[in-house]
Amino acid sequence: MSKTIKIDGVDVPFEDGQTIMDAALAADIYIPHLCHKPGLSPHGSCKLCTVDVDGRAVSSCTMPASEGQQIANNTPALKEVRKTIIQMLFIEGNHLCPSCEKTGDCTLQALAYHHDMLDGHFPQFYPRRNVDASHPTLIIDRDRCILCELCVRASREVDGKNVFAIAGRGIKRQLIVNSPSGKLADSDIETEDLASHICPVGAILIKDHGYEVPIGRRTFDLHSIAETDLEQVILKKTVHHDA
Amino acid sequence: MRKVRVATTSLAGCFGCHMSFLDMDERLVGLLEHIEFSRSPINDIKHCEPCDIGLVEGALCNADNVHVLREFRQNCKILIAVGACAINGGVPAMRNHFTLEECLNEAFLDEIGVDNPHIPNDVEIPLLLSKVHPLHEVVHVDYYLPGCPPPADAFVKIITDLLEGKEPSLPREILHYD
Ligand code: SF4
Ligand code: SF4
Ligand code: FES
Repeated sequence: MSKTIKIDGVDVPFEDGQTIMDAALAADIYIPHLCHKPGLSPHGSCKLCTVDVDGRAVSSCTMPASEGQQIANNTPALKEVRKTIIQMLFIEGNHLCPSCEKTGDCTLQALAYHHDMLDGHFPQFYPRRNVDASHPTLIIDRDRCILCELCVRASREVDGKNVFAIAGRGIKRQLIVNSPSGKLADSDIETEDLASHICPVGAILIKDHGYEVPIGRRTFDLHSIAETDLEQVILKKTVHHDA
Repeated sequence: MRKVRVATTSLAGCFGCHMSFLDMDERLVGLLEHIEFSRSPINDIKHCEPCDIGLVEGALCNADNVHVLREFRQNCKILIAVGACAINGGVPAMRNHFTLEECLNEAFLDEIGVDNPHIPNDVEIPLLLSKVHPLHEVVHVDYYLPGCPPPADAFVKIITDLLEGKEPSLPREILHYD
């Protein structure tokens, strides 16, 4: 008999070593997540994957599954908590979607749609952050960085490089580049690297491709985040839906 | 039966939300059976009378914007922030990366091709705020209608819901921020 946990009353099998998120994804159960991407080590920083395990709030992407856990996932209360987290992510950065190349393909935005977010609720921080356009094919717009460290992990764990890190504290916390000048052009990143493509928001972008697919026909204009994440669509680039 | 009175205005916006409102085309005729307009750029009435619904497009970038917004809040039972700028500052808030002085210098003194460089200071011109702000930072906002602009269907939906006495909700197909 395989071991099981219960998510919203449904029995979900798991193997030792799997997290609650791993087990849920394998069973086609969507738990919202932002800093987690299957294949990279879990980070547990965004807290969007918060679930209720036997009465305690835990991050499902880092919490090991263990026999008999009673887990609440899709509840109105957790939806509200997750929406508040998303609102905080929006107001802490400069997320002006109408002028963002990533709009429609952005995981943060898609999660906001999924949680029926209509406004940022909190006062805007409007932090001042820098753009790094030094690289011939890539651009960093720190206004939109949510500090999820997916690029940091992709570079270290998959690309075998060490291009990115997060440094500083509080509102000064930001993405830094491992190169003598601190500029992306002087790092050893290449366009084909996973780190160049993994950013869930519009903070690391491939130059010259931002508007190949028109707004209104992009991934999350046509699909919900729950569908695409369960299909493990790694959003390297929008599939062309016009075909 | 008394018609539901609606006021609309554009603050630091581009009137795109108003254009999108008018995009409801012939549905506007049906809607006018139930609503009438108070202050609005559509009829050019200059001040807001007591109203049921106020639709406010645009962010707050100058003292007049704040004044108009307060007039709306005082007069409208239900205030709706319409569009990206009203909700989070939108494109006008991109100037928040710079000081006001830098913005004015760039636009009126240093920009290539500026003729007779001077910063306009006519008393009629409303004073600029040092930063652009969304509406909810100054007054209480009852409902939000996101989009840049919100689609005509979203206007129809929120107004119809309110006319029917329902809590407004936007189906996913017409909820977008771009
Ligand atoms: S990164 Fe996403 S949420 Fe932020 S402005 Fe771009 S589309 Fe909007
Ligand atoms: S640049 Fe993108 S992937 Fe990297 S930390 Fe920021 S949001 Fe995450
Ligand atoms: S997805 Fe689990 S904390 Fe971010």
